[in-house]
Amino acid sequence: MSIFVDENTKVVYQGLTGSQGSYYGRLNAEYGTQVVAGTNPRKAGTEVNGVPIFANVVEAVEATGATASCIFIPAAGVKSAVMEAAEGGVELIVAITEGVPAHDEAWFFNKLKRDFPNVRLLGPNCPGIISPGKCNIGITAGHIAKPGGPVGIVSRSGTLTYQALYELKQNDIGVTTCVGIGGDPVPGTSFIDCLEAFEADPETKAVMMIGEIGGSAEEEAAEFIKNRMTKPVSSYIAGVTAPPGKKMGHAGAIVSGGKGTAAAKMAALADAGVSVGNNPTEAGELMAEIVVGL
Amino acid sequence: MDLFEHQGKEFFAHYGMPVSPGEIAFTVDEAVAAAQRLGTPVMVKAQVHAGGRGKAGGVKFAADLDAVREHAGNILGLDIKGHVVKRLLIEQASDIADEYYASFTLDRSAKLHLGMLSRQGGVEIETVAVENPEAIAKIWIDPVDGLTEAACRDWVAAAELPAAAVEGSVDVLQKLYTAYVQGDADMVEINPLILTEQGKVHVLDAKVTLDGNSEYRHPEYEQYDSTQVRDEREAAAHAHGLQYVGLDGTVGVIANGAGLAMSTVDVVNQAGGQAANFLDIGGGANADVMSAALEVINNDPAVKSIFINIFGGITRGDLVAEGIIEAMKRVEIDSPIVIRLDGTNAVEGRRILEPRLGDGLMMEDTMLSAARRAVELAE
Repeated sequence: MSIFVDENTKVVYQGLTGSQGSYYGRLNAEYGTQVVAGTNPRKAGTEVNGVPIFANVVEAVEATGATASCIFIPAAGVKSAVMEAAEGGVELIVAITEGVPAHDEAWFFNKLKRDFPNVRLLGPNCPGIISPGKCNIGITAGHIAKPGGPVGIVSRSGTLTYQALYELKQNDIGVTTCVGIGGDPVPGTSFIDCLEAFEADPETKAVMMIGEIGGSAEEEAAEFIKNRMTKPVSSYIAGVTAPPGKKMGHAGAIVSGGKGTAAAKMAALADAGVSVGNNPTEAGELMAEIVVGL
Repeated sequence: MDLFEHQGKEFFAHYGMPVSPGEIAFTVDEAVAAAQRLGTPVMVKAQVHAGGRGKAGGVKFAADLDAVREHAGNILGLDIKGHVVKRLLIEQASDIADEYYASFTLDRSAKLHLGMLSRQGGVEIETVAVENPEAIAKIWIDPVDGLTEAACRDWVAAAELPAAAVEGSVDVLQKLYTAYVQGDADMVEINPLILTEQGKVHVLDAKVTLDGNSEYRHPEYEQYDSTQVRDEREAAAHAHGLQYVGLDGTVGVIANGAGLAMSTVDVVNQAGGQAANFLDIGGGANADVMSAALEVINNDPAVKSIFINIFGGITRGDLVAEGIIEAMKRVEIDSPIVIRLDGTNAVEGRRILEPRLGDGLMMEDTMLSAARRAVELAE
């Protein structure tokens, strides 16, 4: 099994008519994802790569039965795009866009929680989600992932997500689902949400978790792993050598006031029984050892 | 994006908060002239992006113009935690009866806004948090609801501010929240928020960090961006739109993606070296971006070798390879380059690079071996 998406997931792309949306929409469709619709109020009735365009998500859902949305809208429009998707009736919203204002993210996170508690938001500023062989929503290159399991991946960083998939493929290890939760301060889906889902998924036997400096999400995940998880976890935290007070690319990746250091996160994870690698390769090797012992 | 105190006060004043009249000075003469216009006594305040200015001698009371001249001369050029003072705020002095602390920021764990208010102002809040945590009243605010007046009153009551300060504080705190939300700040802090001897609640200091992602809806951010303190390398990278952070080592780093770039800096360290920078070229590793990145790194005299670490997800390895070759034609590179190329079309990319390999351009199969090679070359 996979978490959050599977071969039945039908996806509407908000921004399918743009250059990014049309490019990745086509790649996702070629991978085998059910790309059923796109939206653009000014281009309703047209098609992009054979996919019908609707004025909004409500109409797209009514006509196609879309269950998920993927957002390629520029940052300024993401707040309304997220709400449009939720009101349109999809269960999963994957927001790829980076550079969304933190106040917008905090607002729609809480608005969804209150008014649409059953809608899952992934991102913003995330690579998306891939269940190899079944469904790929977002910008992950599908061919670097080996289908089948037994490992689930959850990651805060885009390219390190690819690196993790690649390290596992080098070790001939398959993946049930790989979730990129994104590097922003208020991610719609947290490490814990994914760990919980992986713990409940019978096909996922172990989890690889890629974190980075900033915030306390990894420490909270460690607490969850310690108390609630029976499946083994390997991990890597990027930014061991990051200087305090400097944002390392991601809006969320900053060590400030002595908080959010990689060392503290690695210690918390090790204390929770996680196999912590010093680099992505080591984390992949540690996972290979775990898989051999399953 | 961090604001200077005087910029923070302009930002606050825009939202109707009471701040003192003041002027900026870059020289001693300008400071004296400003004090003359404002009328003494004044405060002479160092403008740097660092806390602890008072302790470092960067904030002084000046009763007359001679004192302004003396203090301005001492403070300009002062080094406060690595920040050299180049600008001063000359501000009308206030009669302080009592000092408080107030701030708003995002609580990333709770995913709510967090307000903190304390009757112990004028000292570092971290110290209060450790020594006297019950002296800080906290309020968590759902961004959908905002800060209501009733909630604000309860919060002020919980902080046990004296009766004389309650009405003024409720007013200032609501405006501070509005400034925080409408101004798209990551953090706003007033320390101290004061009660004057005349019974007014007044903003005596301002610390503001703005969210760079919101720049598109705030034309006023441009003036703040132009005064950001960046080292030469960071300024050059910023001009090219590159995500660059200057570090102290000798291995120049170029990677695609923030996580991979951080990870690259880490593995250089694990290989026994030190990175000269963090540089994320993002998804578009074309010749223009690669040229700009190589140029910025090449201009750093500390750099002895360059490590290009690319994992092609959607980024195609063949395009990256072509970009590197084109960039090397455009920019004369002084240091040897070590490339690690994996992922999409990596095989084609390596084939393109192969004929160019030599002392100036080397290729390694893995991130770790490439890091070791780059570190050896930097020694």
